[in-house]
Amino acid sequence: MFEPAPRLLLGLLTGFLFGFFLQKGRVSDRRVIVGQFLLRDFTVMKVMMTAILVGGIGVYAMLAAGWVQLAVKPAHLLSIFVGALIFGPAMVFLGYCPGTAVAAAGEGKRDAWWGLLGMTLGAAAYAELDVACTRMLRAPVDLGPVTLPQLTGVPAAVWFAALVLFAWFFFRWLDRRAES
Amino acid sequence: MQLLKRAFWSPYAVGAAIGVLSWFAFLTAKRPLGISSAFVRLVAWLEGLAAPAHVEATPYLAKMKPVFDWEFFLVIGVALGALAAARLGGARSGEKPSGRRIAEALLGGFFLMIGARIANGCTSGNGISGSLQLALSGWVFFLTIFASGVATALLFKKEVR
Repeated sequence: MFEPAPRLLLGLLTGFLFGFFLQKGRVSDRRVIVGQFLLRDFTVMKVMMTAILVGGIGVYAMLAAGWVQLAVKPAHLLSIFVGALIFGPAMVFLGYCPGTAVAAAGEGKRDAWWGLLGMTLGAAAYAELDVACTRMLRAPVDLGPVTLPQLTGVPAAVWFAALVLFAWFFFRWLDRRAES
Repeated sequence: MQLLKRAFWSPYAVGAAIGVLSWFAFLTAKRPLGISSAFVRLVAWLEGLAAPAHVEATPYLAKMKPVFDWEFFLVIGVALGALAAARLGGARSGEKPSGRRIAEALLGGFFLMIGARIANGCTSGNGISGSLQLALSGWVFFLTIFASGVATALLFKKEVR
């Protein structure tokens, strides 16, 4: 029923920090998330891209040192594409993604409580559809747990360098435009 | 302490903090940050109380053992951490949602989770944790939710109310 208690406490601590950061980053605010999709407020992009770059560079460095292993999800491209096509519009109407909905609910935003109920019902509905989904959407296109460096032969360092440059210039341009 | 009481932090500082937190998750739990599969565990537990035979007959639910794992407690932690941050920062709790907003949140949440489970992960598990590992799955998810979300917002969501 339960994983060992120390591991559960570790999860609780990790989650506490995650929720704390999300709230301080304003991404548990529905207006900020919808503002991102309206291309008016780039807070969500700034948080996500910085997390991806700082997280990724550190994780690949620890991988090279032999401290960690990657946990890459398989590239079932059709199911990921279809799932994301449902997820994106649903995120606009709910105004949160799963993590930020939990954060918003925790801080007392009542609309997010209804969102969590809807999410739980959605998980129950999906459980009934999983077998069909695997047959129709996962099996047709399965490239396995592949990363961009493996797929292209371009090393991870080059990917990160390119992404850092893109993020740097793009966000600098956005922030300067916002100032003027 | 002053820092904790500030209402909001720079998005770059928050992103960097989440990035470092993902190192911590990889090092200690040997797992990336993720949220949405905890909802399947909750459903497996609730349905197990009411109809255990059905859970055993549904592979997607039956495989969710142990029910309460690291990620389940991570989700509880997210709620508590956001509450602490909001209280320290002096945020006021939200007003009562309108009937229309309740319907929107219920339906939005329902389809959000169906989409997340079809894609095998949400903004955390695929979008951040997948993309930071340079996973093809993560980047396809991230770019598709962004494009489809922008199209939806520009068509249907002129104002946030």
